[in-house]
Amino acid sequence: MNFEKALRAIIDSLPYMLGGVWVTVGLIVGALALGFVLGVPLAVIQVYGRTLARRLVVLYVWLFRGVPILVLIFLFYFGILPHLGLDSAFLAGVIVLGLTSAAYQSQIFRGAIQSLPAGQLKAARALGMTDTQAISCIVLPQALRLSIPGWSNEFSILLKDSALVMVISVQEIMARTRSVAGRTHEPVAMALFAGVLFFILTWIGLRLLRGLERRVRIKGYSQEGSV
Amino acid sequence: MSVASQAKGQNQEILRVEKLNKSFGTNHVLKDATLTLRKGELKVLIGPSGGGKSTLLQCMNFLIPPDSGRIWLDGVEILGHKKRELYAYRQQVGMIFQDFNLFDHLSALGNVRIALTRVRGMSRKDATDRAMAELDRVGLAAKAGLYPAQLSGGQKQRVSIARALAMDPKVLLLDEPTSALDPELIGEVLAVVKDLATAGMTMIMATHQITFSAQLASEFVFMEQGAIIEHDSPAALLAPGACTRTKAFCAKINELTGEPV
Repeated sequence: MNFEKALRAIIDSLPYMLGGVWVTVGLIVGALALGFVLGVPLAVIQVYGRTLARRLVVLYVWLFRGVPILVLIFLFYFGILPHLGLDSAFLAGVIVLGLTSAAYQSQIFRGAIQSLPAGQLKAARALGMTDTQAISCIVLPQALRLSIPGWSNEFSILLKDSALVMVISVQEIMARTRSVAGRTHEPVAMALFAGVLFFILTWIGLRLLRGLERRVRIKGYSQEGSV
Repeated sequence: MSVASQAKGQNQEILRVEKLNKSFGTNHVLKDATLTLRKGELKVLIGPSGGGKSTLLQCMNFLIPPDSGRIWLDGVEILGHKKRELYAYRQQVGMIFQDFNLFDHLSALGNVRIALTRVRGMSRKDATDRAMAELDRVGLAAKAGLYPAQLSGGQKQRVSIARALAMDPKVLLLDEPTSALDPELIGEVLAVVKDLATAGMTMIMATHQITFSAQLASEFVFMEQGAIIEHDSPAALLAPGACTRTKAFCAKINELTGEPV
């Protein structure tokens, strides 16, 4: 490998690659948000819902955890979304990653909800709260705090899975890496560069989540849990 | 016209349950429990663990829906399957739990305030004032900003009492409020219960604190294997020479704690 030529390729492609970073950030923020908005109600339904609703959630989770993201991307981009008048590859990426993440996030939230002492829900009901009030005022504020460590796992996995949408030509980091590598014949240097970009994004995200975890920690609890 | 609305003053019926039954699978844990709470009285549920005391109390506000039986509050029958009615009913029936069940993510003040703002629809300021007044009543105004994990067991239970009282309940159900506490902390909770009894709060309390409750209770209700098998004034049940199941049970407890009956 010609070191100078490799460095040249990286430096010349820097603005172009940073554009890709923003596309990746857009994908992951959109997908995590969609996954959160769907994942929370899915978890609540799976814990507190009626039998039929619970079964539907289980089916959803089973489907989206069971089918490869790559298959879902082709299915949605070429099969389902065009029928709904959506032909944006970026949007298809956000939707597929978001629906998949919803399945995983729902199980993170479910675990957190079920780890709370059941007595608190009883106490909320005894005060005359409706189930909706008890879940939104008592259960979720605590369950979501407990979910942050598991959720940061989901974030870092989804961030790297987001590279899969290059197959429908979304111009995120890996798609641009490949085209620069092809043009400059520096695949190894560009792969390393892409790896560094993903690493930095993961690091920033995990730092933010760790900060959030500290900021919302309940008083009287330490790193090791309740005193 | 109902019996309740005819009666006046001290004899006024607040809460009446009739023939409550509950089974978990083949385990018949509550058998035809019937009792009446009159205004200002304290009934004390005693009996061995697993005797159905906790199930009875939780059936009384439908936290455990009874399989059969009827419940009246102030002479009005409560039908547990009507959601609106049930939520309104529970606001009027306060409940204290053995393990406090405080909301861990809220301060003492937040615990007392949340139902006032969310259920009662009070403004945050009014709710804060009311919550502080209730915390003051249980001697915890200075601890309002602390979280459950920062409070002692006795303090937690007093917060939970304040939380229930803030809703202006017509009756208070206490499910072994001191059973999870160290001997040193029991006293501070019992003092609050005593103040409430003196102030005329209508209460039913499951407890093993026999000596304490014998002084305050209008009636002992003895439960065993899911059924109420004796109920009378503590004096009558514990009278010298009385040959009651209650007396035998209390003697056994006091033998352990070293207190005379």
